[in-house]
Amino acid sequence: MLDIQNLTVAYDDTPVLTDVAVQFNAGKITGIIGPNGAGKSTLIKAMLGLIRSQSGTTTYNGRPIKQFQRQLAYVEQRKDLDLTFPITVFEVVLTGTYGQLGLFRRPGKPERAASLAALDQVGLSAFADRQIGNLSGGQLQRVFVARAIVQQAEIIILDEPFVGIDLQSETAIMAILKQWRDAGKTIIVVHHDLNKVSCYFDDLVILNHGIVDAGPVAKVYQPENIAKTFSSDLSKVLFTATKGVAL
Amino acid sequence: MTTIASFIDALGRYDFLQSALITAIMVGVMSGIIGCFIILRGMSMMGDAISHAVLPGVAVAYMLGLNVLIGASVFGLLAAGLIGFVASHSKLKTDTSIGIVFSAFYALGFILISLAESATNLHHILFGNILAVSDTDIMTTVVVLGLVILFVVFFYKELLVTSFDETFAKTYGLKVQLLHYGLMLVLTLVTVSALQTVGIILVVAMLITPAATAFLWTEKLATMLILAATNGAVASVIGLYFSYTLNWASGPAIVLIAAIIFGISFVISPKQALITNLRRPRRVAA
Repeated sequence: MLDIQNLTVAYDDTPVLTDVAVQFNAGKITGIIGPNGAGKSTLIKAMLGLIRSQSGTTTYNGRPIKQFQRQLAYVEQRKDLDLTFPITVFEVVLTGTYGQLGLFRRPGKPERAASLAALDQVGLSAFADRQIGNLSGGQLQRVFVARAIVQQAEIIILDEPFVGIDLQSETAIMAILKQWRDAGKTIIVVHHDLNKVSCYFDDLVILNHGIVDAGPVAKVYQPENIAKTFSSDLSKVLFTATKGVAL
Repeated sequence: MTTIASFIDALGRYDFLQSALITAIMVGVMSGIIGCFIILRGMSMMGDAISHAVLPGVAVAYMLGLNVLIGASVFGLLAAGLIGFVASHSKLKTDTSIGIVFSAFYALGFILISLAESATNLHHILFGNILAVSDTDIMTTVVVLGLVILFVVFFYKELLVTSFDETFAKTYGLKVQLLHYGLMLVLTLVTVSALQTVGIILVVAMLITPAATAFLWTEKLATMLILAATNGAVASVIGLYFSYTLNWASGPAIVLIAAIIFGISFVISPKQALITNLRRPRRVAA
């Protein structure tokens, strides 16, 4: 279990997260939803140690997360990636093996084989030798999921993986997430599309600078919670239009 | 043609010209290699800054009779550290911080050099004087070239991953900052070597132009490194030829040749596809 306790993060004295406590279970896909600026990405980055937090501890199975750095895979929101970089799809996936290799060791046959297999799993074998700028947004996202596969991590965190990608890519990525879940890994997905919440996630965290509610989707994804966090109009639309379909 | 023949003839006869040629090739290779990482990391300004910021180090080394590499490394790293410190401890952007720090270092260097009263030296430092390369200079350059190659060979995968996706490198625990300062250190060493051929003012051109030319021809980093090294060496040799034959200053001659090679590549490289793109409207990136 991944356990976050009293996490507080502030940017220039403006608190983004205040005293957040939340748990993520192994063998579950947990969604994090919340309005824009609620601190979803901040929560993840603080957990990963990418940004400084004012207070808080993150433990995994009772031990500090720092000890599990090689067990973490993070699929970032792709906003400022250099798509002109001279690197092929295969080479990007191969970088997933670097953490395990450590300094001075070069990727060899097993690493290359694992990278090719991961590319195959996300259906991009044919693109292995392409420069990454030649891919669509969805294909690119699948490349980064393939890299996470290669990392063989126990905890996989994805920030808005489905934004602006095609249906085929979304299905392919979702299939991988489910494989990971069935293998007992901890999967955390920051998400914005409320429509698909109940078919994608097992557990759900609603975040708005603090935890609004957290637990199994059926318990948390309720009209009152959505109305309280987003708006009552949105809640009405979602829960009258999709009732019985999504659940 | 006769001038090329006489250049080759002179090469056979004059030691100073042989030294110049060897140094020019080595400097072209090392600056091409390091330049690739500088441009891929979007650090062209930083490259310019560090190359100028070593000036006081050169002066201090000269005054104290130390090896230039030591003085330059100290001041190069100090400048890199200060730039990082000012940028991260204020709301100023990094390029502003770079502008402040490097101009201050450069100014300090001028004053120190004038205190050392070596006007001819200053001219050589600023514009390069490849025809006056000593045997010690060559040895130093060999050492630096060796270090550059070792650095890139041993840390190839770390340099690749931090240049492409720094956040990812941080998440798996790579010491990203340490590698940055390692690169800055190597950059100062390259700068000192390049002082001899192109001078402090034009070092940045040797870092950026051959690497940028290589970028236009390939989509693989390993290939880009080899192309940039070759390109840097070729530009240096041709530049040296013009410098010797027409009595041009070596630095400007080398840099102009590098720029011309870039210009030709810009027009004809298939990746750039300037000619085809001018004919049809640019495809909008997805």
